[in-house]
Amino acid sequence: MILPNKNQPADPLYLDTWKGNLGIYVRIIKLLRPHWKLSLGAIVCLGLSTGLALVVPWLLAWVIDTGLRHGQFSTLLLATVAILVTSSLRGLFAYGQGYLSQAVSNHVAYDLRNTLYDHLQTLSFSFHDESETGQLMSRLTVDIEAVRNFIPLGLLRGLLALVYFGAISVILFRLDWRLALVTMLSVPLLIVLSIQVSRRLRPLWLGVQNETGALGTIMQENLSGMRVVKAFAREEFAISRYDAQNRQVRELNMSAMRLAAWNQPLMVLILNAITVLIVWLGGIAVIGHQLSLGVLVAATTYILLLATPVRSFGYMVNWFLRGLSGGIRIFSVMDTAPTIADAPGAATLKHVKGQVRFEHVSFAYGNGREVLHDINIDAQPGQIIAILGATGSGKSSILHLLPRFYDVSKGRVLIDGRDVREVTLSSLRRSVGLVLQDVFLFNATLRDNIAYGVNDATDEQIIEAAKAARIHDFALALPDGYDTWVGERGVTLSGGQKQRVAIARTLLLDPRILILDDSTSSVDMETEYLIQQALDVVMQGRTTFVVASRLRTIKNADQILVLDQGSIVERGSHETLLAQGGAYTRLYDLQLREQEEFEERMMASTHGSEERKAS
Amino acid sequence: MKSDPHKNHNDNSRRKYWRENSLESSDENISGKFDWHLVKKFAPYLARYRGWTIASVVLMLLYTVFSLANPYLIGVAIDQFISHGNLGGLAIICIILIVINVLMWQAQYWQVWTMSWAGQQILYLLSTDMFTHLQQLSLSFYDRTQIGRVMSRLQTDIDVLESMLSSGLLSMLGSLVSLVGIVIAMLIMNVPLALLSFTVLPIMFVITAFWQKHAQRSFRRTRAAISVVNATLQENISGMRVIQSLAREDRNRSEFDELNAYNRDTNNDASRIAALILPLVEVVAALAIAITVLFGGVQVSRGSLTVGVLVAFTLYINRFFDPIRDISQQYSQLQRAGVAAERIFQILEMPVDIVDKPGAEELPQIEGDVEFRSVTFGYSRDMPVLRDFNLHIKAGQTVAIVGPTGAGKSTIAGLLARFYDIQQGAVLVDGHDVRDVTQRSLRSQIGVVLQEPFLFTGTIRDNIRYGRLAASDEEVAEAARAVGAHDLIAQLPDGYDTPIRERGRNLSVGQRQLISFARALLSDPRILILDEATANIDTFTELIVQQGLKRLLDGRTALVIAHRLSTIKGADNIVVLQAGRIAEQGTHAQLLQQNGIYASLYAMGFRHTSFDDIDHANIDAPSTVS
Repeated sequence: MILPNKNQPADPLYLDTWKGNLGIYVRIIKLLRPHWKLSLGAIVCLGLSTGLALVVPWLLAWVIDTGLRHGQFSTLLLATVAILVTSSLRGLFAYGQGYLSQAVSNHVAYDLRNTLYDHLQTLSFSFHDESETGQLMSRLTVDIEAVRNFIPLGLLRGLLALVYFGAISVILFRLDWRLALVTMLSVPLLIVLSIQVSRRLRPLWLGVQNETGALGTIMQENLSGMRVVKAFAREEFAISRYDAQNRQVRELNMSAMRLAAWNQPLMVLILNAITVLIVWLGGIAVIGHQLSLGVLVAATTYILLLATPVRSFGYMVNWFLRGLSGGIRIFSVMDTAPTIADAPGAATLKHVKGQVRFEHVSFAYGNGREVLHDINIDAQPGQIIAILGATGSGKSSILHLLPRFYDVSKGRVLIDGRDVREVTLSSLRRSVGLVLQDVFLFNATLRDNIAYGVNDATDEQIIEAAKAARIHDFALALPDGYDTWVGERGVTLSGGQKQRVAIARTLLLDPRILILDDSTSSVDMETEYLIQQALDVVMQGRTTFVVASRLRTIKNADQILVLDQGSIVERGSHETLLAQGGAYTRLYDLQLREQEEFEERMMASTHGSEERKAS
Repeated sequence: MKSDPHKNHNDNSRRKYWRENSLESSDENISGKFDWHLVKKFAPYLARYRGWTIASVVLMLLYTVFSLANPYLIGVAIDQFISHGNLGGLAIICIILIVINVLMWQAQYWQVWTMSWAGQQILYLLSTDMFTHLQQLSLSFYDRTQIGRVMSRLQTDIDVLESMLSSGLLSMLGSLVSLVGIVIAMLIMNVPLALLSFTVLPIMFVITAFWQKHAQRSFRRTRAAISVVNATLQENISGMRVIQSLAREDRNRSEFDELNAYNRDTNNDASRIAALILPLVEVVAALAIAITVLFGGVQVSRGSLTVGVLVAFTLYINRFFDPIRDISQQYSQLQRAGVAAERIFQILEMPVDIVDKPGAEELPQIEGDVEFRSVTFGYSRDMPVLRDFNLHIKAGQTVAIVGPTGAGKSTIAGLLARFYDIQQGAVLVDGHDVRDVTQRSLRSQIGVVLQEPFLFTGTIRDNIRYGRLAASDEEVAEAARAVGAHDLIAQLPDGYDTPIRERGRNLSVGQRQLISFARALLSDPRILILDEATANIDTFTELIVQQGLKRLLDGRTALVIAHRLSTIKGADNIVVLQAGRIAEQGTHAQLLQQNGIYASLYAMGFRHTSFDDIDHANIDAPSTVS
């Protein structure tokens, strides 16, 4: 299923109107502005090479009319040399045009890619929540490519066709105005035909694009969920789903192609019919001695020259359409304003002590449903705040508000008494370290991954962090040590190892405030022990917010917050909460009491056995 | 499978093995040579649409003949009729010209259409075949292959073929035909002049060959550059949260800019070379025209050649170079398509290593008795993961498997569902060897719940229904209720119709896992495999999940792989696995008494106690372990 362009605002710019489309083209053309020298060069070369191309038939006409009639070899030779010279010059300018137009489009693609990437970096989490990686990638690849190709293949060729038409009609008018008028008959016909076809072709191509995207999603999902597909023996279901979608893509493709196949030869036919008309009318005129044969020959040659641009009309229309839809999709992302940005005059957050306050904070995600209601937290520097609650109770949301991944809808979040919205994002986020639930490692060496957040970390610092995160021994055991490449999405590391790399990464940042979204349970007990040790080190001397599931962490916490459906229902230390006899106590009774007693017994017995051994 | 002598360097050798055996290596090694064997592989696809292809080729020949007749007839009109003042003849020839042009129009339309039609059918067949084949490949293929690379074959390579099939191939063929036609027409018209203009051809060939070599190299470089750019973009978009949370945007911007600029410069270099070919052809064409005009002019002035022939001849020379220009441009496209086809056939020819035996029977409705009989298995033949493994699970029993990472726990689960084939021994379900029955009938009676619950896009309802496609809405809701997912789902604004985003990102892991439980319950399997299914669930959700789990396990044979004591403790039999062998087995109580590996694991787990490792069995009716 492909999501309709959710991020696309209902701006008149994107509506499929004549004016809106023109706006997109104008915006694409504006992209050329920084490269105006190259663009101008391309256009000049285009004009000159076209002009020179038109000189050759004129030379031929001259040869036939004067050179041959007088039979002078010197005239013939002169004409030959002239043809060679103009052609060489033409080749030179054609080269300039070909290269420069490509260069311009390469520059534009480079600019677009940079701007788009940059913009994606500034867009906040809520945008990235809504958009799928595949969709964004297709904008960065297919759509940029469409705009890039549009410049030489659509825009410049369109210009070329115009110049060609213009120049040839000027020449024709100078040769014989009557023949010229007849030729010009084709222009309105061609224009009407092009407009009509592009109007019908556009929705077809859009359909092809969307359905192909949907086909891609089906494929991607099927391949990455192969284990599930196989486990449920759903191969046939998957095939029939793919097949149905594939069929739809094929049908749409064929209707688009049928239209294109109809259109292009029709354009050539129009031109050829005009040529025949010229030969006929011109022939009559020549016979009636109103026209010289040379002029007629030249005129037909010129008209035949029009065949090339006309033949490329079909492709041109295609590139215009692709450029348009690519432009729309790219600009729609670029026009999405980041919901979270530095306030004007935002200050740098410096020398953070680590006091954190949530004051009457309410919060809702993009879809409007409030997930946090009137949250109040007061964390003193160095405190550990444990957050407990069921799935969907809002634990992660609290954690996301602190580094300002989202903005609160009511109330405020303060660090050392300053609203997080009043400081720069980069200084804020550098002061807040995160170990997220889903550890993402980059396709780089282990060293680079640990040092990912810090610009100029020394080897000593990296190793120190790795030691503290209990990943150092593992790193040394790798074939290339810290220079070992960590594969795509860190596939060569186990979950526990990835987690510890992420801890080292955060540790190297040395943040005063730490956020741990704890999901280390997917590892075996030994790894868990290592991670626990690593976390103990990390939490020392920092204000720590932890979504906790470990008893020891909870017991060590200065404050325990029990969340239920977006509200804090209980708060306090382990002891005070136990004394209260509320939700926490129930939990403790059900799950902890027996275990604690058991642990004591185990400890005693191991202790006892060790003592016995010692004695 | 290929053996690797250096199996000591475990990690390295594995990667090397992947590289050798996966699709990876062929990706960047674009040979640049056109492989004619591909034509043979392609032939059956073309043969299916023989009629259309032949029609298309015939129409193309017609079109070419018509398009060549055009300038010839114009020449005739000038020479025969206009020069001689024959008005009637001129009118006739103009009518003939019109008729020919209309015919040409129709021929071209039908030719393009038939070719596109056949091309689309072939592409459709190819991609469906490829997809179907991918469904048959065993999990070992997916273990060692990156999805992105397979995807690029299904998308990019099909795209390349598409442009080749729908326009490139035919226009290239058309160019060749018209080249031959033009050569013949020129020879008929005037042999000396024709031969004279052909003298420039050797120059042409030398230039083109030289250009090809350089262009090919630079094109390949641009492809490599853009693939690095795209891979980097893909990675950065996926990791955007990390980038933003580490406030690393500036550095990434400059790093990306560097790469992006490299890509731009590579492309500019390529453009510099690519732009050469057209002007070169142009100049050579001009040379030919100049020669013709010079010699033809002399002949005309001597009266041995008519003006009309000379005019037609210069027109033909222009046309003569059109196909040459097209061919030289399309040659690289042909090469690219060759590479694409090669990559597609690589997938289609990837051997399917797990197939139903000829005459394999449907597995009848089973009780759920499972036996591993001296099973030896390794993902690579010389590195066995399980050695002489024996385990019997009676119908309705729950067996938990514990052990350190890499002990082979998940392997056992994979073998039971026959995701992999064993090397020695037998895996029996109700006494049937899993290799003797159809995979479909086997797997439809085995349910698997994985650590990473994988959901498909679509609604929550669709995802639960994945377990049994024919299930009604009530049955879906009932399954959800049974595993305790109903309340969570009902809480969502759209309830069961809530759309699931890419990989279920809009739901928490716990919610996703509950949905996958409901999915498994709906399929009502006799045997259930839980592969660390509870590992990612937080404490509070686990309370709910445990109840769902109990309902799920009720009356089924279950193979449970778990780290959590809660899931382990209630099992009828606990198997402690170490390095592919059973080290201990028994009930929780028995194993604790033995004071062996399990007891020490248990103790260690508790010393670093977590809420997770707590038995929730006594929340409701305690399941007593005897």
